[in-house]
Amino acid sequence: MSQNTAPRTGGSPAPAAPSARLAPWRLFAANPLTVAAAIALAVVVLASVLAPWIAPAGINEIDISRALAPPGPDHWFGTDELGRDVFSRVLLAGSTSLTIAVMAVTIALVLGLVIGIVAGYAGGWADAALMRVVDVMFAFPVLLLALAIIAIFQPGMLTTTIAIGVVYTPIFARVVRASTLSLRTAPFVQVSQTMGTPAASILRRHVLPNIGGPVVVQTSLSLAFAILSEAALSFLGLGIQPPSPSWGGMLFTAQGFLAQAWWMSVFPGAAIFVTALAFTLLGDGLRDGLDPRQRTIIEARHGERRRERVAAALARAGRGRTDQTAGGER
Amino acid sequence: MRVAPAQLLRFLTTRLLSSAVVLLGVLVVVFALVHLVPGDPVRLALGTRYTPEAYEALRAASGLDRSLPEQFASYLGHALTGDLGVSFRNGQPVTTTLLQRLPATLSLAITGLVIALVISVPAGVYSALREGRVSDMIVRLTSQFGVSVPDFWLGMLLISLFSVTLGLLPASGYVALTDDPVGWLRQVTLPGVTVGLVAGAIMTRYIRAAVIDVASAGYIRTAVSKGLPRRVVVSRHIVRGALVPVLTIAGIQLATILGGVIVVEVVFAWPGLGRLVYDAVAARDYPLIQGAVLLVAVMFIVVNLIVDVLYAVVDPRIRAA
Amino acid sequence: MSILRVRDLRVAIGATEIVKGVDFEVDRGQTLGIVGESGSGKSMTVLAATGLIDAPARRVTGSSLLQIASRDAPVELVGATDRTLRSVHGDAMGFVFQDPSTSLNPYLTVGRQIAESLEVHRGLTRRAAHNRSIALLESVGIPDAGARVDAYPHQFSGGQRQRVMIAIALACDPALLIADEPTTALDVTTQAQIIDLVQRLQHDRGAAVVWISHDLGVIGQVADEVLVLRHGETVEQRPLAEVYDDPRHVYTKELLAARPRVVAAGGPASEPGAGPLLEVAELDVRFAVQTPAGRRTVHAVDGVSFTVRRGTTLALVGESGSGKSTIANALTGLVRPHAGAATLADAEGPGVRDVLRAKRRDRRRIAMVFQDPFASIDPRRTVADTVAEPLRVHRLGGATPAARAARVRELLELVDLDPAFAARYPHELSGGQRQRVSIARALALEPELVILDEATASLDVSVQARILALLRRLQVEQGLTYLFIAHDLAIVQQMSHEVVVLRGGKVVEAAPAAELFAHPREEYTRALLAAVPPERPRVRS
Repeated sequence: MSQNTAPRTGGSPAPAAPSARLAPWRLFAANPLTVAAAIALAVVVLASVLAPWIAPAGINEIDISRALAPPGPDHWFGTDELGRDVFSRVLLAGSTSLTIAVMAVTIALVLGLVIGIVAGYAGGWADAALMRVVDVMFAFPVLLLALAIIAIFQPGMLTTTIAIGVVYTPIFARVVRASTLSLRTAPFVQVSQTMGTPAASILRRHVLPNIGGPVVVQTSLSLAFAILSEAALSFLGLGIQPPSPSWGGMLFTAQGFLAQAWWMSVFPGAAIFVTALAFTLLGDGLRDGLDPRQRTIIEARHGERRRERVAAALARAGRGRTDQTAGGER
Repeated sequence: MRVAPAQLLRFLTTRLLSSAVVLLGVLVVVFALVHLVPGDPVRLALGTRYTPEAYEALRAASGLDRSLPEQFASYLGHALTGDLGVSFRNGQPVTTTLLQRLPATLSLAITGLVIALVISVPAGVYSALREGRVSDMIVRLTSQFGVSVPDFWLGMLLISLFSVTLGLLPASGYVALTDDPVGWLRQVTLPGVTVGLVAGAIMTRYIRAAVIDVASAGYIRTAVSKGLPRRVVVSRHIVRGALVPVLTIAGIQLATILGGVIVVEVVFAWPGLGRLVYDAVAARDYPLIQGAVLLVAVMFIVVNLIVDVLYAVVDPRIRAA
Repeated sequence: MSILRVRDLRVAIGATEIVKGVDFEVDRGQTLGIVGESGSGKSMTVLAATGLIDAPARRVTGSSLLQIASRDAPVELVGATDRTLRSVHGDAMGFVFQDPSTSLNPYLTVGRQIAESLEVHRGLTRRAAHNRSIALLESVGIPDAGARVDAYPHQFSGGQRQRVMIAIALACDPALLIADEPTTALDVTTQAQIIDLVQRLQHDRGAAVVWISHDLGVIGQVADEVLVLRHGETVEQRPLAEVYDDPRHVYTKELLAARPRVVAAGGPASEPGAGPLLEVAELDVRFAVQTPAGRRTVHAVDGVSFTVRRGTTLALVGESGSGKSTIANALTGLVRPHAGAATLADAEGPGVRDVLRAKRRDRRRIAMVFQDPFASIDPRRTVADTVAEPLRVHRLGGATPAARAARVRELLELVDLDPAFAARYPHELSGGQRQRVSIARALALEPELVILDEATASLDVSVQARILALLRRLQVEQGLTYLFIAHDLAIVQQMSHEVVVLRGGKVVEAAPAAELFAHPREEYTRALLAAVPPERPRVRS
């Protein structure tokens, strides 16, 4: 172990000049993609929640005479093989998918937190045992295990939720364990241990607040994958059961009409894609915001833009003001 | 290549033991799967074909009339010798059926992995080395798109474009590689690309992160300070340093692909394990489901063992004291 | 003739200017020592001057001219093309960096890494470069070079790895060697060896050397000319002897005064008749270490015994791997010892309380202050919360939140911090201020023994001096007993009444400080003392 493992520090506060330090939300907002993703997500959630009121048609308004009609002013997304309005079905399917995804990820998050913290903090045989269990779960591909679980218990919304939740627990467990492990050896946690602070108190006050970052990032990414998994399960007929509409289920039916009715496959698929993409971009944006390297890049770019704006403003203000300093740049 | 035999042996033994423990756990889970079925699995499987005689016969054949530990021991014994029982549906030995369908899935999975590697390694390295610049942003965005697209939807879109509209490639069907390589290539293209694009997007993200990590290591600065050409710094130092995480990712991705091919096989009517599981689930053919899940998990364990051995080849700290 | 001439060098990262107009030059056979504390920009200056800087969003202006023998005109390094820079890096300029454990590629043999520059710059074949590598390893003092050339970095010790780095840097016989804190991560005995090695090689080859360090003692041993930097600006630039004998700038004087030295009769006054507080007997600690290849057992502490008397300071001195931190961890319950006993004298009666298996109540009696000011405080909690934690856990300082808040303010004042700091977060504080918070937290326990584990090793020299003064004052005012763990003998002398020297987990020598420093008995102790950079800089020929 080297003598001087910590960086040398001196009399002035660690961060650079005040103008260079950005608040976390600022970092988050600095990336236009992340902002766009957040907005898109808000739209999707809103549309799903308000679907029963804003959808022009119901779930099952069959009208064979208007089957397979292309998109038009009456039916924005066209109609399917039974004449049902695709737009309405896409809207109404949204809330079920989102609900399942959120519930499943919540299950995974809670279970993963418990397993990960116990394994990471207690260490020893508890860690070894729990991680072996996690290893075993990792050996099964996500979809396969979910399939098997659903095959055993009857398909439906609850089974799908639990299956996805169980199958996503290992990744949360690993992420939480990794963070907890590094915290356990952090000096500030060790100091608390040496002064006799009870373990529960340490976990509550020191460990949980400090693992928030990676957990939030993983939550967002897992939400994206949960949407995709639910869609795949519904596609295979093992997720949401008819007559409840599901994006995956709509795609399954659309297979048979690939040549005649492109709108039946494009719009539900696009709905899945956009929702998953929004969660992914959000998760990545959060991860960038928390990463110190990215912070520097973003802060530096931010500083440069500010300088350019100030320089431009000065130039516009005219030549007679050369004695005016660019306030707050240094 | 320097090797300290005792150390290397210790490492490999540890990994083998660890894999054996996971294998045991897998067997327990797979065994438990069937026995968690609410209701009577035999009755459910027979469905409308139920007769008291058929019921008893199937029950005895499946060994479901004995106690749980006995059944597990029996299952364990059979599984380790390659006997995975008989299908509820057609009475065929499960092992035979699985092995029949394995080549199709393997050829698809490996094609997909190869395509994924061809995309992700250059893209990940390129993007990582240009971190923060526009080209990096583009690669990142593309991979974010790739990660978010449902694979079955992508498959359908590709069929729509290449088969229906352009008529270039077949939408379904299978030709064994050993029978007709060219025919196989035509058939595997669309499903392989579907699998490869999505897996490629996932791997690009991981590889990019791994290379960024390595590029900021102290020894890269040393390499630059020697005035080595950029090409050499990247290939000899950066890529070498990223090999271990890349190997890990490739191994894990194979598992994901093996599980994910289910949907792709359904879309393209590819007669592999995935399609088999799909049909088996619909028919409540539990021994077959059990066998397929076990096979895939075993393949995953084997792949990871191979990755572990490759670690020892790549990282001198593991093989030499 | 100047090998490197730097004029008006300025470096900015984003909106912040890190280096604000620095000039210097180095001549053949000369060593320029660049000294500064953290934030002085010393590394950034040299990285920018040699074209090695790679921070994002950087802007470098000014001039840095490198004179190479084979060319008539000097090469401008600021703003040079990558091609130009690559041709001089490794060829005309060699670099040695601070951390030997991360500066070498773990996947390539040592010989390969040395041979690379030879192949690229000198066009040698693989075989020729390989042979040359063996010769270079010999010249930097690696024994059995012929066999070791095919070994991997992890098979060498830290000091040996730094020798390999030097071999790499000097492979193409550069005119200029840049050494950025090359001995900071090394033990003091190894540091002395590396300094000797570099000076010998410089003498043999006539290269110019730029040596960057925060340690004035090291600079005093290696430099001919000294450049003192602060906040990116030149404070003073003079020949070595002049800087030491006649410093002009206030800051230089401050640096010189703050530098800990081993002096003839230094150290605190002895405390006669103080009774024993902590008694450690035959402490034995073993670890199982998990390496990629399997488990190994490390015998970290082997039968160590010592006694700390009330109101005094006992120092545990040793290099890395000596077991000093492990002893502290065993005493505070972070590590379970294999064997041995440790007892604290009871304040009320004649009895003793077991330390190693102490209950939570008794954990109050020993407080710990760690080395790293950044990592010792929870970044998500306010200063008040951090200092109040012991009060909460042991119900000290009053029953109501208001009473505890008052106690927190009292403690902050005790360590010379403005009570207004209570509401601040750690990232708003400097390193020295954070260590004061750690000390305040330790005092909140109202402990009998305070263990200071390299508590000032990560601080700048000037800050360290102030913290040590604070600790001495608190000991006198509050009657505290310290177990002071350090590797720096100079500050050990300042602080301690008694010293225990450790090596490889065993006690080498134990004596009252005055005796140990005046008449060290053991060879190892003498070697440690000899390796401490002397007060007066060496006069070099």
